[in-house]
Amino acid sequence: MSDQKDEKKTNRRDFLFTATAAAGAVGVGAAVWPLVDQMNPDASVKALASTEVDVSSMQPGQSLTVLWRGKPVFIKRRTDDEIKKARAVDINNLKHPEKDEDRAKNPEWLVMLGICTHLGCVPLTDKGDYDGWFCPCHGSHYDTSGRIRKGPAPTNMEIPKYEFVNTNTIKIG
Amino acid sequence: MSDHEYTPSSKFGKWFNDRLPLLTLANHLTDYPTPKNLNYWWTFGGILTFCLITQIVTGLVLAMHYIAHADMAFSSVEHIMRDVNYGWLLRYVHANGASMFFLAVYIHIFRSLFYGSYKSPREIIWILGIIIYLLMMAAAFMGYVLPWGQMSFWGATVITNLFSAIPLVGESITTWLWGGYSVDNPTLTRFFTLHYLIPFLILGLVVLHIWALHVPGNNNPVGIDIKKPSKDTVPFHPYIVIKDAFALLMFCIVFALFVFYQPNILGHADNYIEADPLVTPAHIVPEWYLLPFYAILRSVPDKLMGVVAMLSAILILAALPWLDTSKVRSAVFRPLFRQFYWILVADVLILGYVGAMPAEGLYLLIARVATAYYFAHFLIILPVLGWKEKTTPLPLSITEPVLGGSPNLAAARSDEKIEKTIK
Repeated sequence: MSDQKDEKKTNRRDFLFTATAAAGAVGVGAAVWPLVDQMNPDASVKALASTEVDVSSMQPGQSLTVLWRGKPVFIKRRTDDEIKKARAVDINNLKHPEKDEDRAKNPEWLVMLGICTHLGCVPLTDKGDYDGWFCPCHGSHYDTSGRIRKGPAPTNMEIPKYEFVNTNTIKIG
Repeated sequence: MSDHEYTPSSKFGKWFNDRLPLLTLANHLTDYPTPKNLNYWWTFGGILTFCLITQIVTGLVLAMHYIAHADMAFSSVEHIMRDVNYGWLLRYVHANGASMFFLAVYIHIFRSLFYGSYKSPREIIWILGIIIYLLMMAAAFMGYVLPWGQMSFWGATVITNLFSAIPLVGESITTWLWGGYSVDNPTLTRFFTLHYLIPFLILGLVVLHIWALHVPGNNNPVGIDIKKPSKDTVPFHPYIVIKDAFALLMFCIVFALFVFYQPNILGHADNYIEADPLVTPAHIVPEWYLLPFYAILRSVPDKLMGVVAMLSAILILAALPWLDTSKVRSAVFRPLFRQFYWILVADVLILGYVGAMPAEGLYLLIARVATAYYFAHFLIILPVLGWKEKTTPLPLSITEPVLGGSPNLAAARSDEKIEKTIK
């Protein structure tokens, strides 16, 4: 016993302690992960990935709200005036600089998630200081391109992945 | 805690108590020496216990009729209101019970703030209380989601979106909380589960809260340390029990007024419209008891910083025992602190008021000033006050000022001492 007292270097017991604790931590982590991950979106939620929308009856200036993955999507057929306004903005002055050309590939059609990037409310269409959208919850103003111009929201409203299947149908997702 | 060893009188009692000392515990609780000058502000601990038990009992029976499914939750609540025997009563007691619970907890918290009950040696009691308060808010929020009305849905959307403000992982956390890409059925079922669980966590923490209280004993309006047991104390039973019971009765009258005469006055009409993910109500407001924090959230023009400010407003309370540098507990002997205390009360009420108003123009300005003052109170005023303030002299015991026969505690001290203070 006397030789152990003299030197403080790690011995076999220390090694066993560390190794047991490490193995235990990995085991607990592996056991806890399923309990945590079960809360993530399940297979049936993920399966509802895309929605097709018929837009043949929409006139310029009209907008439509459809549900995609439980979220509202705004589809707006913009008037020439609205397009002009959206494209005339100097993007260097924007909180989240994005060109309207990048947001609406076909300038007449704006397709975006109708969710305020602040805390997730649905903004009201054709309202606010920039004649685009206005969020009633905490007062964010969006322009005719859905870009944040005034208020607490940090970014522009998101553009989902979408495509024109034909001239009358938009596929979201 | 009594020094004498307790021995049950009956033979069976002794046999049982030797194996499980429950009777010793009961004896400790009845004999527990309590300061004899406790006023009615000290009755809210008992009232809160009553509130917790009321919520658990009514919640248990409501859960027998409620269906936690996005398609059925709203109509199952209407079914409770119309068809279930006494369902209307049980639901109104449960819904208004939440408001009563918060009313009592705010009085309880502001009692502690006034009399310095959070100070050494009671820091752990205080921190346990803050944890209970946080859990209460979580339980109340999730409970409000369950009827699946418009306010339920959009309240849940706004609050869960607070987590999306966290850099990098925010979006993943929000999706994880929802179990989807928006608030939906998976969100509802997990909220129901957690709403059922949290009250029992609170119950456990309440036991710890009371246990921690029974180590140093109650603070009191004079805020001085007292010997226990002594002529400054009375046994918990019957003195405090009868006082608590009377206060509880008065509290129940207020409770009943809400339940029977104005059961919906604290709610929002929008919540009688079924949840619609496509339409946000024109004006989203949380329940009244969360309004001050909501005002703080909205007063900051940046998303992440707004969330940080709101959480800090609650968590700063946990640091209070170390932010308040004054050795004197009770505000009775702190003339300056007393004024700042009432300004804080007004400040929180103002925050509550602007929290219910639209976040623009003058309201926004008031909210910003009030938010700044709230933090200044804890971070600047309290630490500085502890150094600068000239406190009035403390009595030597609770009994001393009473026997002196004067309501003025300073005047109750011996004439010699008064002369000294005048000079």
